[in-house]
Amino acid sequence: MTENISSLSEERIAYLEGLVREARTAAAVFTQFTQEDVDRIVKPMVLAGLGQAQYLARLAIEETRLGVMEDKAIKNMVATEFVYNYVKDKRTVGVIREFPERGILEVAEPIGVIFSLTPITNPTSTVLFKCIMAIKTRNAVIFSPHPSAWRCCREAVNIMYETALKHGAPEGVFTCLESHTLQDNAYLMRHRDVGLIDATGGPSAVKAAYSSGKPALGVGPGNTPVYLEKTADLNMAVVDIITSKTFDNGTICASEQTVVIDDEIYDVVLKKFSELGAHICNEKETDVLGRTVIDPNTKFMQPMAVGQKATDIARFVGLSVDPHTKLLIAPIGGVGPGYPLSVEKLFPVLAVCRAKSVDHALKMCVDVNHSGGLGHTAVIFSNNEAVVRKFSEVINAGRIIVNSPGSIGALGGVYNDMVPTFSFGCGTGGGNSTTDNVNVYHYLNIKRVARRTQAHMWFRVPNQIYFNMNAVENLRQFPSRSTLVVTNAVLEQMGHVNIVRRHIPPQTGVRVLVIPDAEPEVRTVTDGVQALESFKADQIIALGGGSIIDAAKIMKLKYESPDADLEELAAPFLDLRKRVVQYPTEKVNRARLIAISTTSGTGSEVTPFAVLSDKEHSRKVTLADYSLTPDVAIVDPQFVMSMPRGLTVDTGVDCLTHALEAGVSIFASPYTDSNAMQAIRLVFKYLPIACEHPRDEEARSMMHNAACIAAIAFSNASVGVNHALAHAFGARFGVAHGRSNALMLPHVIAYNASVPTKFMPSPNQRAYVAHKKYATIADLLGLGGQSIEEKVKNLINATEQLLDQLAVPRSIADLGISKDDFERAIPDLVKTAFDDPSWRSNPRMPLMDELVQLFWSAYYGRGTAKAAMASQPGA
Amino acid sequence: MTGNSVVLQTNDDSLNNVLEAALEKLNAPDGELVLNFSPVRRVDSGALKAMEKLAAKAEQKNVKVTLCGVNVDVYKVLKLVRLTERLSFGNEMPRSPSH
Repeated sequence: MTENISSLSEERIAYLEGLVREARTAAAVFTQFTQEDVDRIVKPMVLAGLGQAQYLARLAIEETRLGVMEDKAIKNMVATEFVYNYVKDKRTVGVIREFPERGILEVAEPIGVIFSLTPITNPTSTVLFKCIMAIKTRNAVIFSPHPSAWRCCREAVNIMYETALKHGAPEGVFTCLESHTLQDNAYLMRHRDVGLIDATGGPSAVKAAYSSGKPALGVGPGNTPVYLEKTADLNMAVVDIITSKTFDNGTICASEQTVVIDDEIYDVVLKKFSELGAHICNEKETDVLGRTVIDPNTKFMQPMAVGQKATDIARFVGLSVDPHTKLLIAPIGGVGPGYPLSVEKLFPVLAVCRAKSVDHALKMCVDVNHSGGLGHTAVIFSNNEAVVRKFSEVINAGRIIVNSPGSIGALGGVYNDMVPTFSFGCGTGGGNSTTDNVNVYHYLNIKRVARRTQAHMWFRVPNQIYFNMNAVENLRQFPSRSTLVVTNAVLEQMGHVNIVRRHIPPQTGVRVLVIPDAEPEVRTVTDGVQALESFKADQIIALGGGSIIDAAKIMKLKYESPDADLEELAAPFLDLRKRVVQYPTEKVNRARLIAISTTSGTGSEVTPFAVLSDKEHSRKVTLADYSLTPDVAIVDPQFVMSMPRGLTVDTGVDCLTHALEAGVSIFASPYTDSNAMQAIRLVFKYLPIACEHPRDEEARSMMHNAACIAAIAFSNASVGVNHALAHAFGARFGVAHGRSNALMLPHVIAYNASVPTKFMPSPNQRAYVAHKKYATIADLLGLGGQSIEEKVKNLINATEQLLDQLAVPRSIADLGISKDDFERAIPDLVKTAFDDPSWRSNPRMPLMDELVQLFWSAYYGRGTAKAAMASQPGA
Repeated sequence: MTGNSVVLQTNDDSLNNVLEAALEKLNAPDGELVLNFSPVRRVDSGALKAMEKLAAKAEQKNVKVTLCGVNVDVYKVLKLVRLTERLSFGNEMPRSPSH
């Protein structure tokens, strides 16, 4: 804004302040009105506008000397009747829209005071339109009409105001500047009580509005390209173009400016124009016209030509034309600075170009579009849908009008179902904030009332789980042509593979693939996939612990979907349902995966996870998707009866950690709780027995079940910070996963049971419940205690006692790791733990410092858990 | 409430009259004027102008003007025209109105 408002006199400022105060008061009073109050005012205003349409048109013509009286009357009618037809049933007060399924309400908030600039070209119709919109939306407007259209606009404002006031509108709801200067406009545009500037007018007015720093609807000039394509209905097209371009003598900024015509129809089209009253200029006439109606310096149209009749323009430039000439058509050779008539011309002069091809035509239209018409309006006449689509793609216009007149078509509601308007948003191409036909919703602040929604949760498990001694016999019910058994050498030597083979239906072709008993590597998976392909397997039996089953899951994935990119599939995600990378659903092969677990810990037979070791790049690839879950799980304790004690302890503690973490996870649900709680109960009861009496069938069976159902719980609720810490520590110091978990477990219970420093965002939980859930677990285990705090302490004690009983190392120091070594490792440990996705479902969001504390608690071990808990407020 | 206080009852219909009356009551300086707004459902432009006058005169006379029982819609209107900065608000009317 360049106008210097300091030159305004005190009297002038007082006058402007008075206008704003009056409008502000009206807008404030208006906030109390209901939808019914508003609608009672709008209808009589519309009727008043309709009744005075011709009178106002005459006033406009007399004052501005632009346009056509009859057309201006029509415009006044469109601005009232058509706009009313659009707004009458629209809710603009209070709740305006409801989306119950999304828990969203939209509530209208008026803007307050709108400062509105109106143009010379469409003066009274724009005022009528804006008054109706303002009342419908409970806003007050200060009008600043174009100085050369002030009297007619003032009269239009008065008619609207008197009618509105009579029907209950607040006093002062519309005011009109009594003459104005650019300084007045600048002052009002910057006024703190003006909420919005609605500037319909020339480029300078729009620029001033946008430069003021206020929210603005600035609707400026256009330069409408028209493509008249060879498949079009030519008679209709020619009539429509003449109708549009001569409507109000071409003053609507959406009217046609340059028509690009296919070569094949060019001559025919011009003949039709000529027959219907257009004068086709020869080369010399076009040259004269271009030099006269377009300012050679500014390259803009000459104001004196705006809204004038074709015959008057012809006379002015010295062309000899028929007295009934409606339109001057100027053939031009191209678009751009060398072709002055290719710019906007708000008068009945139309440029035409001959196009050699569709491509050529589209390029010329793009050129016109970019010569001052970006974002505004474009027109195409064609019955070739592909051409219409292409035109719509390459042309940047808020309105692309098809097979109808540009000016009247863009106004909306007459030739199409667009929103009726007298303000065309031109998008960023035109320096505007919207491409819409400006309407009541642009006169509102729309408030979104968003209710808390509960995310849909899930509980997914394999289709079939067979458990208890000799459950492997159920293999016989799975017919297969060729089955690949994936296992390790030890299990084969132990005779487990033979047990499995005995229960596979006899006609099945069986091959055994022995792989290393370690986290599967890329090479292992590749070999497995080759075996599956060469054998044309339709069934995979994974017999082993977590590593073997994980390997089989990934082999199946790559066998069924060879193009699956494991690295891409391992991309991190926050919410499984919103993950960016989707697992493949198209499969070139199909194989049933049956998982038979031979350890009682990971529960991989029912989980949707698999870990791949990529040694070449020194990293692990963690895959997680329910499509990885085995189709069938067999939980047969005969395969764990001979598990060594150390493995029994490690896997058993892993199982307990799964269950405890799933139990307090932010994704825990009644479905996962039942599994988690039961698994915890089974571990506390049977793990010591399984360790002391490894041949105890009941203990082995129950621990095998516990591992499976704990895995069901964490497959659906995930784990927590204990796993993040254990993963980091185990990887750094080469300590078994279960043992690493054990080192962290009491400390993590104490940590999660305390009031979090930082809560974890969790729409599914209404309160922090981790401490209460631990207390419930304590109750389930019969640990006693009166208060929640006491019960949590008892659970920590019980966990400590269990770990003591299992004789696992109770502190990191016990492992022989020096304090100095551990201290040096801490930064990396914390970084790795924080990068681990496991904690994202933890009930308490771990801060870096807290991770450090947890690691040190695990280092020193016994007693630090309870001490840490006691130091937490509200524990 | 100070000792020098005046309490006025009003409703939608009589609001402008009451505000006029209130203006008259403001002749004594350093007091408090309490207006019961609980029956007032809406205010119009005229009432707002009267209230602005009242606020101006009260400021001049150093009289505290307190509106009691203002509903939130009316309060929002007063907020928008910045009258909330110039007036005081109470939840309940004092026990013994003098008018």
